[in-house]
Formats: sequence, C-alpha cells, structure tokens
Amino acid sequence: MNGLLRIALKLLLNDKGKFATLVIGITFSVFLMMQMTSMFSGILYQSAANIVNVGAKMWVMDPAVQTPQNSIPMPDYVLDAVRSIPGVKFAVPFYVGAGLVKLNDGTYQSATIIGLDDASLFGRPAIISGNILDIYKNNAFIMVKDANYAKLGSPKIGTSFEINDHRAVVVALAHTSVPGLFGLPTLYTTYNRATQDLPSTRYLISYILVQPKSTQDIAAIERQVKNLGYLALTDQQFVARNDQYYEFQTGMGTNILIMTLISFLVGLSIAGETFYMFVLDNLEHFGALKAIGAKSGELIQMIVFQSLVVGFLGFGFGVLLSSTMIAIGKMRIANYAAMVTYENLFLALIMVLVISVFSSYIGIRKVIRIDPFDVFRG
Amino acid sequence: MILTATKISKSFGEAPNQTYALREVSFAVDFGEMLYIVGPSGSGKTTLLSIISGILRPDDGDVVVKDTDIWKLGSDALAGFRLQTIGFVFQDYHLFPRLTTLENVAIPLILRREPWEKSLAEARKTLQIVGLAEKESLPPYKLSGGEQQRVAIARAIVAQPDLLIFDEPTASLDGETGRKIVAFVKEHILNERRAIIIVTHDSRIYEYATRIIRMEDGRIVPGAGADHEK
Repeated sequence: MNGLLRIALKLLLNDKGKFATLVIGITFSVFLMMQMTSMFSGILYQSAANIVNVGAKMWVMDPAVQTPQNSIPMPDYVLDAVRSIPGVKFAVPFYVGAGLVKLNDGTYQSATIIGLDDASLFGRPAIISGNILDIYKNNAFIMVKDANYAKLGSPKIGTSFEINDHRAVVVALAHTSVPGLFGLPTLYTTYNRATQDLPSTRYLISYILVQPKSTQDIAAIERQVKNLGYLALTDQQFVARNDQYYEFQTGMGTNILIMTLISFLVGLSIAGETFYMFVLDNLEHFGALKAIGAKSGELIQMIVFQSLVVGFLGFGFGVLLSSTMIAIGKMRIANYAAMVTYENLFLALIMVLVISVFSSYIGIRKVIRIDPFDVFRG
Repeated sequence: MILTATKISKSFGEAPNQTYALREVSFAVDFGEMLYIVGPSGSGKTTLLSIISGILRPDDGDVVVKDTDIWKLGSDALAGFRLQTIGFVFQDYHLFPRLTTLENVAIPLILRREPWEKSLAEARKTLQIVGLAEKESLPPYKLSGGEQQRVAIARAIVAQPDLLIFDEPTASLDGETGRKIVAFVKEHILNERRAIIIVTHDSRIYEYATRIIRMEDGRIVPGAGADHEK
C-alpha cells in the first residue's frame, strides 16, 4: 500500500472513538436500507409465487387482473379462441381460488386451491412423495410441503379433511420453489374437481396457460388475445405487472422508499458530521503536511481513502447484520418474506458511496482551504 | 549562497486598511550559517519566514533558494521543492498524535514516495541522532515538550534538506531545555552543506547564532541587521 494511504489509515484507525462512530453509523444505515429493500424484494418475490411455480410461458387473463392472487374468471370460449390462434402450441385452463379447509379436530384453515388442466396437468408441482397420477382418484388433492404445511396438521398421504364441505384426501406431497406471500397452505387438484367443489361464479377459468410454438409468436399471440378483449402476458411481464401493483398501487413501495431514504439520511448525517469533526481535529496537521510539501491532490487522496474505508467497512458489517437477521427470521418465522438481492446490495452500495463522497467532500473543502501560513501564525 | 532574498514586500488587507508586513527586505544566507531573525511581535519575522520558505507569496521581490527562483514555480512544483530542499520545525511542532514517534519522523520520506520500510529505517536512524531511539513506538503526546521538539527536529532533518527553518523553537520550552535544544542543533544538525534559519525573540539563545538579523516594522534594522556577525 502507498505510504500516504497507510498514514491515512493509521490516522483513521487510531482515532478509535470517531472510527467506531463512523463505522457504526454507516453499518446502521446500511442495515436499515438492506432490511427495507430486502423485505420488499421478499414480498414481491413471494407474491409472484404462482407465476414462478407453475412455469407457464404465457398467461391469458382479464385485463383488470393485477396480481396472480386476484384473478377474474373468464368464459370457456376464450380458451377455445386462444387455442385457435396461430403460434399457440397448446393452451390449458388454470384455476386459482381459496378454499376453507375443516380439519379433523374441527378447526378451520383457509388454503389456496390450484386446479390443473385434467388432460395435461400442466403446471404441476414436483412430487416428493406419492404418485402424480393419484390426482385422478376420487377427492384427490396434492399437498404442498412448505412453511405452511403444518397449518393443515402436517397431513400424510391418506389423510382426509373437508374443503368447502367436500371430502378431500391427500394423495401426494409436493414441493414448489417459491412459497406464497400470505401464509396459506397450497393444495393442487384437477381443474374439473376444483371448479366443481369450490363455489364459483358463472365463468370458471382463472387463467389460460399458453405455450407458444416459438418466442417469435409471442407478440402475435398478445395482439390476437387483445383483440378478444383479454390480456396475454409472458411470465416475466406478469411478474413485472405484479411488482408494479405492489410498488405503486398499494403504497407499500412508497413507504419502503421513504424508509430507505430516511435510513440513508441517518447514515449521511452521522457519517458526514463525524467525518467532518475527524477532519477538523486533524486540520492543523494537514496544514503542517501542506507546509512540509504535501500536494493538495495527495491530501485529497488521503481523505477520500479514509471515507471509502469506513464506507466499505460499514457496508460489509451492515450487509452481514442484515443477512444474519433475515436468516434468523427465516429460521424462526414460517414464510418470512425477505430476500437479499444483487439489486438491493447494489442500491445500498451506491448509497454508501454517496455517503462517502459527501463526507469526503466536506472534509476536502476544509483541507483545500487551509493555508499553511496559518501553521506559522499558530 | 543557499538563499538570496531580494526586495521582498508584503502587505495584508485592502486600502485604506492595508497593513505592510514587509518593506523591501533583502538578505542572503550561506551554507553553514545559523541565522537568527529576531524582533518584537508584529515586526514581520513570521511573514518573512513564510515567504522565504515558499509558503506565502510576496507582493514583490524574489527568493532564490539553491539557484531556483521559488516564486516562479507552480504550486505543485513549489510543494515538491519544499519537500526536497527545506525542513520545517514549527512552533507547536504539529506532530500527529495518532501516529507513533517513528511514523511522525518518517512523514517527509513517505511524502517523497519512499518505500514504507525504508522510510521507517531512516526515521529510526534519525531518532538515534536526536537521542530518542527508545521512544520510537510512543505517540508524541506521551513525550515531554523537549522530546517533542527533538522529534520535530528529527522530522525536519530526516530527508536531509539543505535549508532548515525553525519557527520560535524555544517558545514552548523552559529556558534550560530551550538552550539545550538549540545547542544540540548547532552541534549535531548544522554542517557546511546546510543552513539553518531560526525565527525567535528568545534572547537566551542568541549566543548560538552565527549571525542575527533584527527586524522592526517590516524592515531589517541597519547596524543590527543583515551583516551583523556574532
């Protein structure tokens, strides 16, 4: 390491009080920013669970649908019309609804019921116990073994309960990659059984899952579906639509943004003020260095280096603390919606760099202005 | 000559509140000299010291140090020149309290981009010269005033400058310690390849000067001035 930077580092580390205040301030700020943004990322990710778990390339829906949880049923002819669009390899009906499960001990539990196309079972989950073909047996349901599995009494294969006053038997256990957002257990069955057993409106199809022949056909399919008065989205577009809903129409995004900005300002003020005091404490010494022969650029280099060191240390500790808290949360709370993403890390890093640049700037302004003649004047 | 100052003038402030700190001051310093600039407060000693050491730009006049007209240099070049040619001992020492004594002494070498270990090795040798080898790992605030002064001297000489500038070197010391320090400087630091300029108003150390310039009201006092030899 450059000797000057080594001196800068020693000046910083040996002022233990200010160094600790700087690092703790930035750590706290990064921790809060990471918690806020990770929580929001977790919510967005889990709210799109059905889209990810089903894995369909395209989804056809009512144009008013914003999120996969709130479907608006479509008439059967739409399915036929979609199947007749050139470029559609196949299209199947898909049902998503809520059922009220009465457990054997007499208690009730809401659950998400998913109805898969009877012929293809397209969108089925990965089976971890039992046989997928048992879904065709009478009253058969496949139970997803996730964080909410215990809410239905951790049923085994053969366990029965009532769903909306209809008998239901668990014939297999399955795994899905993303847990749902609202903490409800998930049960899969066939489309026909779901639409028969659960109370429904005149129209039955929640979504139509479409597999295009090729990616070049997607745009044409979207146009044709639009002509039918409905909306066709790719899975990515549906996830983005869901994200936009939570970001801009629930107030959640705005609140998270405000909290993140407040966290940023907390870090900025603590780090800015402490670093300013640190520079003030060393100002006369910087003046002496200038008199001895240090160039302004070298002093700027020292200050920027010091602010980057505390910035990166604070960033590292903040991310570590936040990740630890999220990991503990996930261990102790079923369905805990929080995840650290590269985007969150990048955002926090940018915020920390802004804090470092701001802190250095106010320090540099003082150091640049100091006149070595003042060192002689005393 | 190591230093020649010609008709240096300096004023502060704007008319009508302009104050003249120096009025056409000229003098020269030769190698091997220990020149004192003395005079009462406000006589222009510190201003003169700042100008001849390349820190404060004069309104008029030239300062030539080792054949270089220093005020014709750009700011970075002037900083580099100071680093290579001049060693400073400030009145308040200005040692970094967060660094060890050894690291404080090594600073001029580190500014010259010398390798870290080499800088420390040179600083260690210099601390031996000033008799503080055993205190190298202490921070300066754990040293006495006289020891801090010696550390400041070690920092000034570690890079072997040709010209040493002392600003009120005994101001923070008792009489006995002050005399010892200056005697030490004359005996061990001054040599025929170097000149030392000391600004002081402490008459107890005049006996160590090879020449004394007396200043009053921004001018060198004739008779007790530029050519007054001790």
